Amino acid sequence: MTERPSHATELAPPPDVSREHGVHLLREMLRIRRFEERCVELYSAAKIRGFLHLYIGEEAIATGVMATLEEDDAVVSTYREHGHAIAKGIGMGPIMAEMFGKVDGVARGRGGSMHLFDAATRFYGGNAIVAGGIPLAVGVALADRMQGRDRVTVCFFGEGAVDEGAFHESINLASLWDVPVLFACENNRYSMGMALERAEAQTDLALKAASYAVPAWHVDGMDVLAVEEGTRRAITAIRGGGGPVFIEYETYRFRAHSMYDPDLYRDPAEVEAWKQRDPIPALIGTLKQLGHLDDVGVAALEAEVEAEIDEAVAFAEDAPLEPVEDLHRFVTSEVAP
Amino acid sequence: MSTTTVEPTTVTLTLREALKQSLRDALIRDERVFLMGEDIGAYGGCFAVTMGLLDEFGPERIRDTPLSEVAIIGTAIGAAMNGMRPIAEIMTCNFSLLALDQIVNNAATLLHMSGGQFNVPVVIRTTAGAGKQLAAQHSHSFEPIFAHIPGIRVLSVATHEDARGVLCQALEDPDPVVLFEYPRIMTMEAEVPVEPAPVDLGSAAIRRAGSDVTLVTYGAIQHTVLEAAATLAKDGIDAEVIDLRSLRPLDDATVLASVARTHRAVVVEEPWRTLGVGAEVAARITEEAFYDLDAPVGRIASAEVPMPYAKHLEEAALPQVPAIVAAVHRVMHRG
Ligand SMILES: Cc1ncc(C[n+]2csc(CCOP(=O)(O)OP(=O)(O)O)c2C)c(N)n1
Ligand SMILES: [Mg+2]
Repeated sequence: MTERPSHATELAPPPDVSREHGVHLLREMLRIRRFEERCVELYSAAKIRGFLHLYIGEEAIATGVMATLEEDDAVVSTYREHGHAIAKGIGMGPIMAEMFGKVDGVARGRGGSMHLFDAATRFYGGNAIVAGGIPLAVGVALADRMQGRDRVTVCFFGEGAVDEGAFHESINLASLWDVPVLFACENNRYSMGMALERAEAQTDLALKAASYAVPAWHVDGMDVLAVEEGTRRAITAIRGGGGPVFIEYETYRFRAHSMYDPDLYRDPAEVEAWKQRDPIPALIGTLKQLGHLDDVGVAALEAEVEAEIDEAVAFAEDAPLEPVEDLHRFVTSEVAP
Repeated sequence: MSTTTVEPTTVTLTLREALKQSLRDALIRDERVFLMGEDIGAYGGCFAVTMGLLDEFGPERIRDTPLSEVAIIGTAIGAAMNGMRPIAEIMTCNFSLLALDQIVNNAATLLHMSGGQFNVPVVIRTTAGAGKQLAAQHSHSFEPIFAHIPGIRVLSVATHEDARGVLCQALEDPDPVVLFEYPRIMTMEAEVPVEPAPVDLGSAAIRRAGSDVTLVTYGAIQHTVLEAAATLAKDGIDAEVIDLRSLRPLDDATVLASVARTHRAVVVEEPWRTLGVGAEVAARITEEAFYDLDAPVGRIASAEVPMPYAKHLEEAALPQVPAIVAAVHRVMHRG
């Protein structure tokens, strides 16, 4: 979308993808997209409350990144994390129940949309302090390395987090200590209403990362195959002991910042232009071209996804609330010291 | 002629050495323990507490960090969530404000916010207090700021035996512990058992038993309070001195039991008076032991000013023996 000079390598998408894998990627993106569309309806119906930050438009990143990870790799995320959580393998039912504030939610209803946690899938939470999760991810990855475990931690954050000191302190430390972490910067060009050009004097974020002696490159975040390819290269390097990598995924959110945002700061033509690059139709096009999928196949996928979401909503509806008597539980640990 | 060598059972240690021994014990006992902080390695620690540990344990476990308080604490939290037992050091609590976000919004919240899934067994060591003419930005006492926050344990360590045992206890806690140490008294010497006795910093300690009035305090200032108690003894007033040690949670029981015996209390602390730990203790005494009291609870704290550099002004700002003695006389109706 934007032309700009960069030291970084631009990767061409791979020419081919297998049917099985292509359909998997499409299914994952559809699961995230349709799940969030349902969230919007449920928000209007007042089933979901609080802040709700949608990932719509950015699904290729979570999907492509997770495709490169092993099950025991860790993820640290932000308040815009539904996509990461779903793609990491957390069940939609417990995620939806969390948004309903139910005790069967992934955080017993204490977190809501912005704070999905799941120890089983090593999902270390959505963090709602901008850049608040970044040093945490460095620590998680450091602990794996110190304990001799061959695991990678992926830390997702928006380009707005690069404004914060926490980012700079953390990437420097990760670089000094060769920590196995992928800094996955989802540059959707806005932090709330603040355009990147108005927030950062140097808008090439990969260049900033490179100044910490961290290998860094740009990836087209609207192309799931490019995301996977660009990320795989990073994960391979990190797993090989090469220390951290920074990737700037160029993307765009199709919706407002949150449900409260009237979105007055973006030119509708700009939004429209990015929607033309929607990663889902793009992948469908590719798969059709390759003869991997037809309209019947797409419809079948859609039906499968819809059924899964219906089931998740039913699970959330049926789940009980946490008893108020349990309010004070988990302020401190219940396990005996 | 035969000689018998008797193994000494006590040893004279400075407070600094006691703290270092505690760190050494922790590093030896548990290989998940590692230290990180500014100048803790090659320099030996800004108060020399970690001197020599780098040589003994190596750079993998004694980690010098850049000047990055957010990254130090945030990284320690992440490592704690993932199986390690980091002891992170923030040189002084003055600089802890840069990391307060990580402490309040991550360390203190994650267990509750994750519905009990992620506990954070991190230990954060820092220092507090004035008295060395370091002026406002290096003399703060922020114990009350931390004690305000549910989800963390806040300990203050101002005696040798507590220092010797503190990390053992802190590391057993599955949740975040913020530990306050006091540079002003680092060189103070005391004779302690060679084999450290287990301590329980979760409970308040009666530093001096007495029957006429309860002096509730914590941190380095307790040594001033003990001096005041000695002065009061000459006036025929037998003061009990309680070191709270744990500022969150507070050991109400020890304080209330003492007040039930003495019927009078003065709270002495080094931070500012407004909204301090002393205010909380006074409120709890009033709530729980009002009818035991023969006088309103007295409070002594630092003057509500940024700590000045000039020696006479700094002394004027800090709680001193005469002010404590006068406050006790007031609650004894002898003022
Ligand atoms: C430390 C902090 N400052 C401000 C905010 C308020 N806030 C929430 S989201 C946001 C924008 C962040 O933008 P970005 O990092 O680009 O992520 P995006 O929302 O675009 O995914 C801001 C300013 C916050 N949550 N935390
Ligand atoms: Mg953004």
